Amino acid sequence: MSTKTEIAKDITILFAGDSGDGIQLAGTQFTNTTALFGNDLSTFPNFPAEIRAPQGTLAGVSGFQLRFSSNDIYTPGDAFDVLVVMNAAALKANIKQLKTGGIIIANTDGFDPKNLSLAKYPADINPLKDNSLEKYKVYEIDVTKLTKECLKESGLGIKEIERTKNMFVLGFILWMFNRSLDNSIKYIEDKFKKNPQVMDANIKTLKAGYHFGDTSETFTTRFQVEKAKLETGEYRNIMGNQAVAIGLIAAAKKSRLNLFFGSYPITPASDILHDLSRNQHFGVKTFQAEDEIAAVGSAIGASFGGALGVTASSGPGVALKGEAIGLALMLELPLVIINIQRGGPSTGLPTKTEQSDLLQALYGRNGEAPVAVIAANTPSDCFNTIFEACRIAVEHMTPVFFLSDGYIANGSEPWKFPTAENLPSIKAVFAQPRNENDEKFMPYKRDEKLVRKWAIPGTKGLEHRVGGIEKEDVSGNISYDPDNHEHMVKTRAKKIENIADYIPLQKIDNGKEKGKLLIVGWGSTYGSIKAAVKEAIEEGYDVSHVHIKYLNPLPKNLGEILYSFEKIIVPEMNNGQLVKVLRDKYLVPATGFNKIKGIPFSAAEIKNKIVEILK
Amino acid sequence: MSETIEKLLTAKDFETDQDVRWCPGCGDYSILKQVQKVVPELGIKRENIVFVSGIGCSSRFPYYMETFGMHSIHGRATTIASGLKAARPELSVWIVTGDGDALSIGGNHLIHILRKNFNVNILLFNNQIYGLTKGQYSPSSEEGKITKSSPLGSIDHPFNPVALCLGADATFVARTMDRDPNHLRDVLKRANEHKGTSMVEIYQNCNVFNDGAFFIYTDKETKPAETLFLEQGKPLIFGAGKNKGIKLDGFKPVVVDLNENTSANELWIHDETDRVKAGLLSRFFDNPKKENHLPRPFGIFYTENRYCHEEAMAEQVKSAIAKSGEGDLNKLLKGGNTWTIS
Repeated sequence: MSTKTEIAKDITILFAGDSGDGIQLAGTQFTNTTALFGNDLSTFPNFPAEIRAPQGTLAGVSGFQLRFSSNDIYTPGDAFDVLVVMNAAALKANIKQLKTGGIIIANTDGFDPKNLSLAKYPADINPLKDNSLEKYKVYEIDVTKLTKECLKESGLGIKEIERTKNMFVLGFILWMFNRSLDNSIKYIEDKFKKNPQVMDANIKTLKAGYHFGDTSETFTTRFQVEKAKLETGEYRNIMGNQAVAIGLIAAAKKSRLNLFFGSYPITPASDILHDLSRNQHFGVKTFQAEDEIAAVGSAIGASFGGALGVTASSGPGVALKGEAIGLALMLELPLVIINIQRGGPSTGLPTKTEQSDLLQALYGRNGEAPVAVIAANTPSDCFNTIFEACRIAVEHMTPVFFLSDGYIANGSEPWKFPTAENLPSIKAVFAQPRNENDEKFMPYKRDEKLVRKWAIPGTKGLEHRVGGIEKEDVSGNISYDPDNHEHMVKTRAKKIENIADYIPLQKIDNGKEKGKLLIVGWGSTYGSIKAAVKEAIEEGYDVSHVHIKYLNPLPKNLGEILYSFEKIIVPEMNNGQLVKVLRDKYLVPATGFNKIKGIPFSAAEIKNKIVEILK
Repeated sequence: MSETIEKLLTAKDFETDQDVRWCPGCGDYSILKQVQKVVPELGIKRENIVFVSGIGCSSRFPYYMETFGMHSIHGRATTIASGLKAARPELSVWIVTGDGDALSIGGNHLIHILRKNFNVNILLFNNQIYGLTKGQYSPSSEEGKITKSSPLGSIDHPFNPVALCLGADATFVARTMDRDPNHLRDVLKRANEHKGTSMVEIYQNCNVFNDGAFFIYTDKETKPAETLFLEQGKPLIFGAGKNKGIKLDGFKPVVVDLNENTSANELWIHDETDRVKAGLLSRFFDNPKKENHLPRPFGIFYTENRYCHEEAMAEQVKSAIAKSGEGDLNKLLKGGNTWTIS
């Protein structure tokens, strides 16, 4: 039998099934093989909040979206070329996003009457049988049956056999895209090295899926996506939260500080705690606190002791930390607060993404309480951004917010990783020991940046008291003096403003320096805006893109850039937050473009907006 | 803590240049004085001592100690001390807190630090009232207490702090009082010696909002009959002229008169390592106005050796390094699988 190989430039594939189907694993494995092959790629896992939502239902559908390409790409794709569905619910939940002419690979066992009914298809309707999928190429595979057949002599129980279904699918997809099985086999061997029976079964099913493509006469086309022409260098695949953990360890090394990480588990931030806990051989101390307040409190205590104190959470947890962040600001100690944003308010949408905590980071504390705020754009950018957050915290003795969100925290992309030697060092300035005859130590004496020195316990002659009560400038003694309070409020604000002298100027990401329309974004909307603006410029539209990483203080030249455009649009996954800040600070007629659905912007949505304004 | 001290320090070396701002006559003055007296005797360098407090009258304490100090936020001193101790196990960390700070707003953190057992000392100044906010009932105020926020009498049942801490598996629980300086100093020294979280409840008189709350235990007239001083290996004896003792009838403590018919040998012998007996002792918590009530115990209820959190933490880091070698940043940056674009 002959199969032809079609060259494709850009493929978006969605693996979808029950959250217990092992879809995330199959997706991740395919991603790793794709990365090693050398495609540019972007992923977006999407799972229900429940660990095991009722089987077969729409609420239980888990998805793993991967886009890979021989070109540079910036988003995980707006619509799918290939949709792999393990059951009827997975089809129903995702069919809307499949391109016309797209491929559906359906596990027929998941379309039995029970599954159809759970997916709320009307009685006697099976979408695989009623021609409703005419616009697509549908391939039906009875994955369950084939897997059982393949493992009937394995000696494994029926449940264990069914659990390897995802490997059949993975094998088949690897065949479909002309990829090698080696990396997945290596993974299985590693994962199940203590259980050879299960290891063999998984490998056997994986191979069966691959050979099924070869031998079954149904499939006449395989696809080949060539290597991408990325910048030369060595790459790895990385997820956002992983990049945060690595970035923290790198920052601790480059500042010669011990890393202390106090955290309370919360979605979608917990993976940072997991990753750091695995890296104790870097001297990392992780502390799973009894609650969010204890988590930030412990980080402040560690910072007071001279460690790099870090805490991580998501919006609701950050709300609980507010008072303590105010304390750290009064103490003028380094503290990094990581907020992996999710849908809010209250519990909101824990597993969905949103950018609605910007104003919380900027203003969410009692009193005049400015802190530095910085946001990551992409999964790999989380590394540089958290490193910067640590640098600013240590070199400016201040709490710093690092903002990411569920989209880039769990998403992944290739990363041209740096070497330790090429990372800049971070300079902590400690107050030095004093003798009895030296003049009295002044804990709130400042340098030209208005930064005080870090005076840590154990240093002779530096005994002093700090606290949340207003302090007298220089001496740090309690002071209720009206003039002093005003002076200190202004000083703390100026200290944060001064950071602007130590961050890069704002760059224009794409487009001209002045013109008709400027798109201003921040955080995880980067990919969608980048792709949309690139396309619009190619089509001749007068549009530029600015993406702000440093949200407080803002880069010194930002105003100048904003004033050079006739119109400013600010796309945000919230109800308009950065747009408020820009209008307030620069008095520009910026308008918001908002999406608050728990899912990222597609590039097309932004492109359409650009066209609508400029046509 | 055995490093040699260059110069012998005295209480004076631990006084700061700040005016003490407690109300004249406050029990806090006496506690401050005793702490300043005890600390130089501990053989710890001054720069290695840190006092951390929360919010409340007692939490002003760090400002008056010439050591490192932090006056933090309400209820959270325990969390800050935990992080500090985790990062710097060699420091001597003292937490100063009150009944509102530790038992109300910081209640959650209190039970968790006791469970985790960081090697710190907690001084809980219990005056059974909110002083700084000018006189509302606290979680240790007695039922029916008339205050500004409970004009018809408090309907809250109070905490029994010692029983609460034992319930949270504290490894050192003691009670003392502001008006017995010798006892206070002895308990502080024992608290410092104990490795683990040392919980010291200190009955402290608020002469403005709750004057005399503990007079029955501190007044010369009533003290002998109302207090029971616990001493390791000694029988439980109290009363004027040491004429009464406590005997155990099964699990029931009974007060007996000591005379020719009852000798001290038959009495309950205090064993601070006995968890069950400590539990019983913690329940000597009757309202002293009640008839046939038991005397209130002072001293060390319970102590046990259990690993400290910061030690175990450091141990895990050490064993991770022993197992995987000192972390190599380049290896971490590189991860497992890489590919090269040329």
